Amino acid sequence: MSDVLKIVDLHVSIGDKEILRGVNLSMTEGETHALMGPNGSGKSTLGLAIMGHPNYNCTQGEILLNGENILDLEPNERARAGIFMAFQRPVAIPGVKMADFLRHATTNVRNPERKEGEDLIPMREFRKEIKANMEQLQMDSEFARRYVNDGFSGGEMKRAEILQLAMLQPKFAILDETDSGLDADAVRLASQSINEIGHNKMGLLIITHHDKLLEHNPPNFTHVILGGRIVETGGKELAEELHAQGYERIRKQYPEAAKVNDESEAEAEAVV
Amino acid sequence: MSTDLTESQELKSTEINKYDFKTETTAVFKARKGVDAEIVNQISDIKNEPDWMRQFRLEALEIFESKPMPKWGGDIDLDFQDIFYYLKPTTDQGKSWDDVPEEIKDTFEKLGIPEAERKYLAGVKAQFESEVIYGSLKKDLSDQGVIFTDTDTAVREHPELLREYFGKIIPSTDNKFAALNSAVWSGGSFLYVPPGVSIEFPLQAYFRINEENMGQFERTLIIVDEGAQVHYVEGCTAPMYTSESLHSAVVEVVVKKNARCRYTTIQNWANNIYNLVTKRAFAYQDGTMEWVDGNLGSKLTMKYPAVYMMEPGARGEILSIAFSSKGQHQDAGAKLVHCAPDTTGTIISKSISKNGGRSSYRGLAKVEKGAVNSKCSVVCDALILDDASRSDTYPYIEINEQDVSMGHEASVSRIGEEQLFYLMSRGLSEAEASTMIVNGFIEPLVKELPMEYAVEMNRLIQLQMEGSVG
Repeated sequence: MSDVLKIVDLHVSIGDKEILRGVNLSMTEGETHALMGPNGSGKSTLGLAIMGHPNYNCTQGEILLNGENILDLEPNERARAGIFMAFQRPVAIPGVKMADFLRHATTNVRNPERKEGEDLIPMREFRKEIKANMEQLQMDSEFARRYVNDGFSGGEMKRAEILQLAMLQPKFAILDETDSGLDADAVRLASQSINEIGHNKMGLLIITHHDKLLEHNPPNFTHVILGGRIVETGGKELAEELHAQGYERIRKQYPEAAKVNDESEAEAEAVV
Repeated sequence: MSTDLTESQELKSTEINKYDFKTETTAVFKARKGVDAEIVNQISDIKNEPDWMRQFRLEALEIFESKPMPKWGGDIDLDFQDIFYYLKPTTDQGKSWDDVPEEIKDTFEKLGIPEAERKYLAGVKAQFESEVIYGSLKKDLSDQGVIFTDTDTAVREHPELLREYFGKIIPSTDNKFAALNSAVWSGGSFLYVPPGVSIEFPLQAYFRINEENMGQFERTLIIVDEGAQVHYVEGCTAPMYTSESLHSAVVEVVVKKNARCRYTTIQNWANNIYNLVTKRAFAYQDGTMEWVDGNLGSKLTMKYPAVYMMEPGARGEILSIAFSSKGQHQDAGAKLVHCAPDTTGTIISKSISKNGGRSSYRGLAKVEKGAVNSKCSVVCDALILDDASRSDTYPYIEINEQDVSMGHEASVSRIGEEQLFYLMSRGLSEAEASTMIVNGFIEPLVKELPMEYAVEMNRLIQLQMEGSVG
């Protein structure tokens, strides 16, 4: 039976500010979903809430993995249950080598019951695997010895996130603008890699502003989020429409959501 | 040197209490508690010392008695008369581990010293309570004129070499605890590296306190002659008792022209030990002295390894790591004194405080008049793991010359919520993620250590981090 990730009436706040106002979404393993929406609509918030970021407070609703509510699980338990998020701006961890970090991560995700201090996956096996994945992503082998995201260029950061996707092989992956800030060749490489690693295999929730990533990974469903709610769901033609024509029609059609969105965007700008 | 620690970084649960065990032994001689002229004379008698050393001790005792307790640093709640100052654990020093009494040999087996010796050390001194009970040096080194012995033996066998420097780098008047050590010292290493001799593998000294209320006062003197090179490593542990013990060492180092000495300490005393140590090196023309100072254990550590750059071109580098947890205060740091032109000094300090621990950086950067064109750089970073913990920085800077370059940077950070979330989102538990972040924080220092010690340091950090996340 296929795995199912189901989000039911999800409300999420940061502090006392409500960002998501009742999101419903259901994904089955092997499906690709595009999540689109203007700035401030709540795309990243949905991803971070699914991953369990401590600052994102779920005030109402449920996130169900195969029928089990995962809202009480820590991020590491969610990761071990098969959920992954490629972050838009991953944080640097100076002094921690990519290889060391990834070996721990891979071991834990593959052996969800592992306790600290228990054996890691054998070095030889790990090295072979990471080397193959890095070659596929055209990454220099030196990369494994660098510190996690420390001094990475935008492109290196995104590739490092895709490398983790490849190593951890989650059931569901949220890709938050994994194609942004890259030049045309890098976007193509990222798009192809994601296709090879996860398309038609994992459940992919792709957040993107560009069309290349979705060209290589055509979505079964496209969701438009505005003002913290999914206002419309369609097929891949909806994504194509938004790429070609922008959000004007959506804003007109859902004026209330557009108003909420504009307010929260204005607030976000004021904070910055 | 490779620092890919991935293979061996994981701590096995059986190792958690590796250092906290007591050995049942019968001392050959144990002085009564307390310190006074009678005890000092008794120590000198037992060691059958020359008169000059007896006088040196007695003078130091007077200085100790006349000096007030330091008013800075940490709180020292010690009754000096409630400590054993001298305990001789065995009659003779072993030249092979088979000569060492079984139970003491077992102690060092458990600490992994003979194994390390077989694998990668050029020589070993093992001190148990007051005396060095085992000593070795690779034959090719002794053939080249290297002397590596305990300091008591050096007083007898190398008096001229020893007297030239003994108490000259750190006089008894330097501070109260240097005076105390000078009065009651016992054991420690004497190392002489002749001109041009480069010792490839580290020499290691290991200090073990076993008895409760014991004071350990080793005295180390290292002379690295012109163009010679050596790496000396010391480790220290003790079992946990309910009352305090005292470790108060004096370490003097002389680095001559074009010579190089690295002195690495991994201090992991039990949390009831006062660790009040004076360490100082004089570096002469184009000589380099490096202190790598890792402080993880003890109740209170007050230790500021110093490099006095005495002649042009001398260099001093001090890397300091302090980790304090519940009930611990690490008042650690470093001193650089530029006494000559064109000298270069660097201090890098990293401190971590968790679970109510307190780490202080206390450092001196001093440029004497005439030390033109000297460069001095100090960087201290502190990482605080929770609200109950504390970090302080006390940088003292004294510059008496115009044409110098002096840099000082300090940072204090909390363990990042975003960093924790990132690692946890990849399946690492909170404890595992915190440990990884802390290890990353000190990585710039750990990578300076030889592989074996780097592994040990990461293990100790992991040990300290155990159970730190509720």
